[in-house]
Amino acid sequence: MSDLDPTDRAILRALAEDATLTSAALGRRLGVPQPQVWRRIKALEDSGVLAGAWVDLDLERLGLGVTVFLGLKLAIKGRVSLEDFERAVTAIPEVIEVHHVVGHYDYRLRIAARDLPDFERLLRRRIMTLPGMGEVEANVLLSEERLPGPL
Amino acid sequence: MQPDDTDRRILRRLLAEPGLSTADLAERAGVTPATCGRRLEKLRAAGILKGIRARIDWQALGWAVEVSLRVTLDKTDPRAFDEFLAAARQVPEVLELQTFLGRVDVRLVMIARDMGHYQRLYHEKILTLPHIADLEALMQVARIKPAGTLPL
Repeated sequence: MSDLDPTDRAILRALAEDATLTSAALGRRLGVPQPQVWRRIKALEDSGVLAGAWVDLDLERLGLGVTVFLGLKLAIKGRVSLEDFERAVTAIPEVIEVHHVVGHYDYRLRIAARDLPDFERLLRRRIMTLPGMGEVEANVLLSEERLPGPL
Repeated sequence: MQPDDTDRRILRRLLAEPGLSTADLAERAGVTPATCGRRLEKLRAAGILKGIRARIDWQALGWAVEVSLRVTLDKTDPRAFDEFLAAARQVPEVLELQTFLGRVDVRLVMIARDMGHYQRLYHEKILTLPHIADLEALMQVARIKPAGTLPL
């Protein structure tokens, strides 16, 4: 599915902002009949373009004041060690995203901690002790913005 | 407003299944639908629940390449951050912008249709951004643990 028309794009833009909008509300906003909006949303879901929803929370207000991005390099490689590493790292609740990447690092992690001492404890006790751990680089998140993308 | 255990329980359930109706969410969290609706409304009003947003799968739209660009800026110029960010926001293929305290100053998530397209974007739209001192790319291979859980 790559032939989006302007109405599809407008629907995607609106839902990326608020996924709880009904097809009736969207139809009114875009000046398109509700059944047509519903059909378009259904098609976007069926083709996998609309892939569920995510909850945007103010983590600081929920007591998770520090977000850290970690770049990790494995010291030992091989299929078994990758699987062991991935299993162990995804089991840590504070590790909220794990990405397998290619480049200077092998994995990229997003970590949510209460504060810096909490992050340090996590790094020493849970991250540095992961199987096959090599080099680590930590960057503390200061600000984040998400853009609509090429719609 | 300070979220209590009930608020956290509702948010944990919502994180697990963001598409739930208030009635189903209430049932899973063990509260009445009226309580659930009221709590969500309060969390929204307090700015703790900023929104429930649709996820767009760019690969399904034919954008096969996702790259994390890690940028170090020339900080001898005090306007470096602001000018870099303002210019990066104008690149339609940039999906995320983060600033950091650490070795990396700014990270961009950029998508491209294929490697040829990526190379073109990199030369025409990224290398031309102002105040770049160093730039490093990490190519996304797979999401091992997708976003959606939080230690609440």
